Amino acid sequence: MKELRLMKGNEAIAEAAIRAGVDGYFGYPITPQSEVLEYLMLEKPEERTGMVVLQAESEVAAINMVYGGAGAGKMVMTSSSSPGISLKQEGITYIAGAELPCLILNVVRGGPGLGTIQPAQSDYFQSVKGGGHGDYKLIVLAPASVQEMYDFVELSFDLAFKYRNPALILSDGAIGQMMEKVEIGEQKKRLTDAEVKERCPWATTGKDANRERNIITSLDLDPNKQELFNHKLQDKYKEIEEKEVRFEEIQTEDAEYLFVAYGTSSRICQKSVQLARAKGLKVGLLRPITLFPFPSKRLAELSKQVKGILSVEMSAGQMIEDIKLAVNCNVPVEHFGRMGGIIPSPGEVVEALEQKF
Amino acid sequence: MTEEIIIAGFGGQGVLSMGKIMCYSGIVQGQEVTWMPSYGPEMRGGTANVTVIISDERISSPIINEFDTAIILNQQSMDKFESMVKPGGTLIYDGNGITRHPERKDINIYRVDAAAEAATMETTKTFNMIVLGGFLKIKPIVKMENVIAGLKKSLPERYHHLLPVNEKAVKRGTEIVQEIQILN
Repeated sequence: MKELRLMKGNEAIAEAAIRAGVDGYFGYPITPQSEVLEYLMLEKPEERTGMVVLQAESEVAAINMVYGGAGAGKMVMTSSSSPGISLKQEGITYIAGAELPCLILNVVRGGPGLGTIQPAQSDYFQSVKGGGHGDYKLIVLAPASVQEMYDFVELSFDLAFKYRNPALILSDGAIGQMMEKVEIGEQKKRLTDAEVKERCPWATTGKDANRERNIITSLDLDPNKQELFNHKLQDKYKEIEEKEVRFEEIQTEDAEYLFVAYGTSSRICQKSVQLARAKGLKVGLLRPITLFPFPSKRLAELSKQVKGILSVEMSAGQMIEDIKLAVNCNVPVEHFGRMGGIIPSPGEVVEALEQKF
Repeated sequence: MTEEIIIAGFGGQGVLSMGKIMCYSGIVQGQEVTWMPSYGPEMRGGTANVTVIISDERISSPIINEFDTAIILNQQSMDKFESMVKPGGTLIYDGNGITRHPERKDINIYRVDAAAEAATMETTKTFNMIVLGGFLKIKPIVKMENVIAGLKKSLPERYHHLLPVNEKAVKRGTEIVQEIQILN
């Protein structure tokens, strides 16, 4: 029988990292994600797998340690919450520009500024539209349960290494802090130096006589080369958009109205679907699991079936822009959300649907 | 079966750990569970509450504003959560420190004087287990053997010598819970 545990989302991320054979975690504490670092420190993964866990002197230091580790082909990660993720943006764009795989976890809290420590989803733009400078994209996964917090660690690394691109898990304070049942996977071994060399021929693992030097950089002063490099990045993002879209549909078969929500909001909307259907309203839910790549194609299809779409986010309305682009004015798209750390109730969402359509 | 529960009281009363034990018991019984605490500065010495959902099916929203059962352990929580019990639902409270007793006529009301009872036991820390016993008597959503197994999973091993006293407290709770108002 598989091992089942009751865990917080933050603890699940930490355990999953050890089990996935991650080589290094570099972080700095901030509510509501401090349990990631806390759990890792208590578990002493250096004794379990040899994994390095280091509390850096700042978020900026932590992301640059990730940059270094990733350049050497190691499986490395960091985690923080909104204000801390803002601090990491320079490092993140450098990592994207150097085409390195890594995992960043954002357990989002209310903003802007220091904001509040309560859950929010107001870092959507920052996650999917850049955040740092330059034309780059992160692979963004949005877990909606503690089990998905666990499962998406390995998935993120698989995608990050497949595309040599940083992956970001966009969670929030509610999923980080709540406990649910988690099915724990097998302990994977960390890769040996030889295995790292084989998986990452581009990494700085020590130069052999029979190959050129590997250089990890995001700098190329020749604009012609830089433009070519940008084309290469864009081709990669296009391939990701073609192959890696993930989403879940709940009761969309006969839906006349559609909620679109991710993470905590999608859990609330599952209940709102039940409440609305009890009132005789045929409502379904589309839950994007990947925010980049966004399930635009499926939304375009559904826009021909439904009379209206309600985007539900704990923000002023950010994802709604991607929904509007996807459905291309086929159908009215409205936003409902709460901000500043307030979580909407399932009933409020149904009321909003009734008011707006 | 889906049971949506709020447990609310002071920090230090064992509100969060009681929810955790309920969840572990549910897991042992093969059910789905969520445990959603209020977190933040108010946890430090102030009120504490946790929403626990135990279900045979996949759980939708972990955040709800209507409960099947409210377990209320101080006056502030009574003021906040009495109105959030679903009509026909259940309110269980400890009378210790309660100055305004529940007033609703459309819910079932039970009282379990766990604080007073805990004072007669080996340790007053068994308070939350007495409350849990009271709840399980009224809502036997998890079997007693699974509660004991859940307790064992929830307590770190260094506290396992306290298992018998906790088990005794749960059983005591089932005996002392009183009916205040039962709907027909």
